[in-house]
Amino acid sequence: MSGRDAILSELSEARYDSPPLPELSGFGGEYEDPIAQFESSLETVGGSLIRVARSVDLADALADLEVVRQAERLYSSLPAAVAGNVALSEIADPKELNNLGLAIVRGEWAVAENGAVWVNPTDLRHRAVLFIAEHLVLVVSESKLVHNMHQAYERLGANLPGYGLFISGPSKTADIEQSLVIGAQGPRSLHVCLVAGSDE
Amino acid sequence: MDHPTQATEFVADEDRAHWHDGALWFVRSKRDRAASTVPEWEALRQHASAIKAHTLSRIGDYLEQFELNATARGAKVHWARDATEHNAIVRGILNDHGATRIVKSKSMLTEECGLNPHLEAHGIQVTDTDLGERIVQLRKEEPSHIVLPAIHIKKEEVGDLFHDELGTEAEASDPQYLTEAARHALREEFLAADAAITGVNFAVAETGGIVVCTNEGNADMGTGLTKLHIACMGFEKLLPRAQDLGVFTRLLARSATGQPVTSYTTHYHGPIAGGELHIVIVNNGRSEMLRKEQFRRALHCIRCGACMNTCPVYRRSGGHSYGYTVPGPIGSILAPSRDAKQHYSLPYASSLCGSCTNVCPVKIDLHHQLLAWREEIAATKVLPWRKRMAMKLLSRVLRHGWLYRLSGGIVRTALRISPRWMVYSRLNVWGRQRELPPAPRRSFRQRYAEKAGEGRG
Repeated sequence: MSGRDAILSELSEARYDSPPLPELSGFGGEYEDPIAQFESSLETVGGSLIRVARSVDLADALADLEVVRQAERLYSSLPAAVAGNVALSEIADPKELNNLGLAIVRGEWAVAENGAVWVNPTDLRHRAVLFIAEHLVLVVSESKLVHNMHQAYERLGANLPGYGLFISGPSKTADIEQSLVIGAQGPRSLHVCLVAGSDE
Repeated sequence: MDHPTQATEFVADEDRAHWHDGALWFVRSKRDRAASTVPEWEALRQHASAIKAHTLSRIGDYLEQFELNATARGAKVHWARDATEHNAIVRGILNDHGATRIVKSKSMLTEECGLNPHLEAHGIQVTDTDLGERIVQLRKEEPSHIVLPAIHIKKEEVGDLFHDELGTEAEASDPQYLTEAARHALREEFLAADAAITGVNFAVAETGGIVVCTNEGNADMGTGLTKLHIACMGFEKLLPRAQDLGVFTRLLARSATGQPVTSYTTHYHGPIAGGELHIVIVNNGRSEMLRKEQFRRALHCIRCGACMNTCPVYRRSGGHSYGYTVPGPIGSILAPSRDAKQHYSLPYASSLCGSCTNVCPVKIDLHHQLLAWREEIAATKVLPWRKRMAMKLLSRVLRHGWLYRLSGGIVRTALRISPRWMVYSRLNVWGRQRELPPAPRRSFRQRYAEKAGEGRG
């Protein structure tokens, strides 16, 4: 018998009665001011919020950022706001992205309760961009802010992309004597731009 | 070696034992603060427990559904009956691709199966990329905690280790500096890797996807830079619906470290473009646990480590004293189900205070299971003779009122008149580190009777 059949037959013998799956609807409270909550959550996890009043102001807001001004190698998935100088289409092996200074990537959803941003980089040729960059900026529309993880998964549905993730703050570790160090393996900083106004 | 013997080594260094205790209590306090920010925390635990209970009751069906959907998304699903099969499957996949340099993110399952030594014995280099795991790997040790693998090591020791291994400045012990050095060293490993191995925090039957949670981003770095991703999971990691992730992602990091969510919560459905995703589903004794009604709830475990952080015994005896991949209260249940003879002492490594049960995000009745394991172990003959005889004697005394009263009287007198060397002889294990209270002249029963008499008079 193959390992598969052996395991499944053992498990079918071990089957027993149990209550049905609980319904999850109506779970999770809502915040009076979800933007303020998102900002405080994001700060807790080591990130910073930048509020942008109109999508046309995004370019200026990004240009003001120190991480943008200082980046030598920059990838941008929002060329209309910031022009990058790294074209992923010209890079065959993502390992060539080592020493990428900054990545600016669009996020799909923001979650108030924990400062997380759902990123679904289907248009990104190399997903490693999100981790190998020294600094990361995520741009999310304010209209895509949800209160909690239940709402986020409800929006995402069951048809999840091949690769998608929640990013909550920069890469961090506390593995040496519980001292928090930002910038363990991945980005050393995370800025989230919440853009109000049109669905940008 | 049993738990008391190994714990004795740990507590011999009193300062370190107190420091360790404090470090874990700090994490426990962070967990409390995080949990208190979620008003529906108890309802979340209840739901998480109900989801796990339901899923495990028909886990075979859900696994088949998962296999079907994962395959449809382009992953290749493998099944391993035990650790040996698991290791052979992983090595087979690596060999097929000619992969010899592997970056691995934290996976307690691969620790359980002894994957690293197996691969290394066959000429495959494995680098643990979680910082804590890298530290213990360089020290040629096992993790002492499932979430904080290097919690038992002081920064000065990490400094010495990195000085020898990574060439950091002698005597440097600043965590920021040391982490930076590890970052550079590990980046080289990532850039040289042929394949990435990860664990699995959650798998979803209805979507065929797996979810991997890290704070460092090391799992993503590995899977983003290589074309071959092998994900290893015990079958109990499965959840039926994508919506269930809402419950578990809210509980996991808050329970583990007090963060509102892990920095990276990554959902993989199929391989990277032009690459391969292999998912290895492992049994390794889990189906046996599932058959035991009393112990099957231990399979709810999502490996957050909260029961360890709160456990007064774990905090004061250190993870290595348990002699098992998963230490602490949950490990003390999992280990004897693997080998009751070898791990007979672990269910006794508990005060049965129940704090573990109170913090468990999936409501495992940990201290009840520890007690149940004691019954199982006492029923077999794996306990040392002296302990078995003592318990037999005590059980007889406690069953007969007259014998209890008589023994009480004898012991009270004996304690008063015996010389110290006799009372604190080798047989008195309890008195090794403590002073016995002075023996009273009269029993509680006698004093109560007198008081009651006075009251009536």
